[in-house]
Amino acid sequence: MSSKTVNQNAWWLVLPVFIMVAFNALIPLMTVVNYSVQESFGNNEFFWSGTIWFEQLLEDDQFRSSLLRQISFTSIVLFIQVPLGLGIALCMPRKGPWVSVCLVLMALPLLVPWNVVGSMWNIMALPDIGLLGKGLNALGIPFNYTRQPISAWFTVVLMDVWHWTSLVVLLCYAGLVSIPDAYYQAAKVDGAKPWAVFRFIQLPKLKHVLTIAILLRFMDSFMIYTEVIVLTGGGPGSATKFLSIDLVQKALGGFDLGPAAAMSIVYFLIILLTSWLFYTLMMRNEAQ
Amino acid sequence: MTKRSLVPIVYIIFLMLPIYWLLNMSFKTTNEILGGFTAFPHQFTLDSYHTILTDPTWYMAYVHSLIYVCLNTVFSLAVALPAAYAFSRYRFLGDKHLFFWLLSNRMAPPAVFVLPFVQLYSAVGLFDTHIAVALAHTLFNIPLAVWILEGFMSGVPKELDETAYVDGYSFPHFFFRIFIPTVSAGIGVAAFFCFMFSWVEMLLAKNLTSVAAKPIVAAMTKTASASGYELGLLAAAGVLTLIPGAIVVYFVRNYIAKGFALGRV
Repeated sequence: MSSKTVNQNAWWLVLPVFIMVAFNALIPLMTVVNYSVQESFGNNEFFWSGTIWFEQLLEDDQFRSSLLRQISFTSIVLFIQVPLGLGIALCMPRKGPWVSVCLVLMALPLLVPWNVVGSMWNIMALPDIGLLGKGLNALGIPFNYTRQPISAWFTVVLMDVWHWTSLVVLLCYAGLVSIPDAYYQAAKVDGAKPWAVFRFIQLPKLKHVLTIAILLRFMDSFMIYTEVIVLTGGGPGSATKFLSIDLVQKALGGFDLGPAAAMSIVYFLIILLTSWLFYTLMMRNEAQ
Repeated sequence: MTKRSLVPIVYIIFLMLPIYWLLNMSFKTTNEILGGFTAFPHQFTLDSYHTILTDPTWYMAYVHSLIYVCLNTVFSLAVALPAAYAFSRYRFLGDKHLFFWLLSNRMAPPAVFVLPFVQLYSAVGLFDTHIAVALAHTLFNIPLAVWILEGFMSGVPKELDETAYVDGYSFPHFFFRIFIPTVSAGIGVAAFFCFMFSWVEMLLAKNLTSVAAKPIVAAMTKTASASGYELGLLAAAGVLTLIPGAIVVYFVRNYIAKGFALGRV
């Protein structure tokens, strides 16, 4: 980016964004930090409590198990959606009237309000009148997502695949169409097999968009709340109680401001650090 | 028809199945829904839609949602446009840190912000207004808008700016009359994403409102739990929430792919 000129006056152009995001992000974050180191007995009286909430959190079984569930969910979802999305993007037509139709239909799940996604799959998976639930039961597979943890997990994962695979498809497709034709022609001249074309032309060119896709899917699946709360409410029992559900219950349900604030900070830091680490690793390889 | 083209077709069928099932439910009578499994409505009825479109608590909820979504899109773009221009054209003190700090807000789980947001917006007297939800959603939409616009603006050659100055245009004239029309595709894509992420979000929208600005996403969850399980009504309300998204996606269909490809991390 050597063409950029140094101009401190550019700060004036950034100032509105800075003020708005500072209002929206800094004040709430400071509130959370504030609560996380204090003890409250109501009446708006607060006492310094040091790191006690953080120490408690690390030994809290409920937090540990919801963190474990969250990590399992995010890993499963990433392992399904990224290869699937890439595969579908590779099979998409590059030109012709069907491209727009495909793109519009595929983008549709991304525009469904998240609670409607939950309701939709709720209706879909009802064991007696839902297409999925009734269908599976008719095949002789016992399926009841309000009773069996495995059915609940299956439904939640399938719902997320339905909801978000299109994002990976759209990103990869955008990356694929931006590869110049000359690359393919050169490969043709060299007599490259389809696998070689994929491995040595398409995959390296897609690295950038794949990084974005994995980052976005990691962040968003790690924050999942609405779809799951509508579909299973975190149940059966607490089988699908992910971090956000746990946190909202703590913060809005009870009056455990301190523990909830400590959990918020740890939660946010996990996402920030993982994203930063992943991004740095991907980009360092690029520099070599 | 090749084997290859089967893959997207199968995928699209998978995507359409739950939407079909939602449509199917919305046209059924409550008796038929509770009566058992039927693959299509035997007694076709528009009762659920009639209820929603005549009951103000229902249809006003759609209006409330649309108001804050549009406000959010305007807010986000208004502040993101100059900032994205600054990031794409100039180097200034702390620019990289600022950019990453902005993006880090996209990684903030809404669950973390619910409680502080309720307290903050109550304290400034904005609780239960459209502005509160619109402002709260800028938390993740401003970073996204800046990121997308910066990508598009970096693709515009700097010579455009320089020629405008040589021709004697003032900065505001250049920015609004020449530069903004040049990046209109980028603005369209950014607006699409702001609209989309504000329209689909529920946790913040629901908790920052109670009556006066109750959005459709909150109306749906409250109805579902309050008066038993009115699946037909719930399905019809769900179908109606798909319409704005479908309209918006149709308008930007040619830019979606492009919008994703540009922009840097």
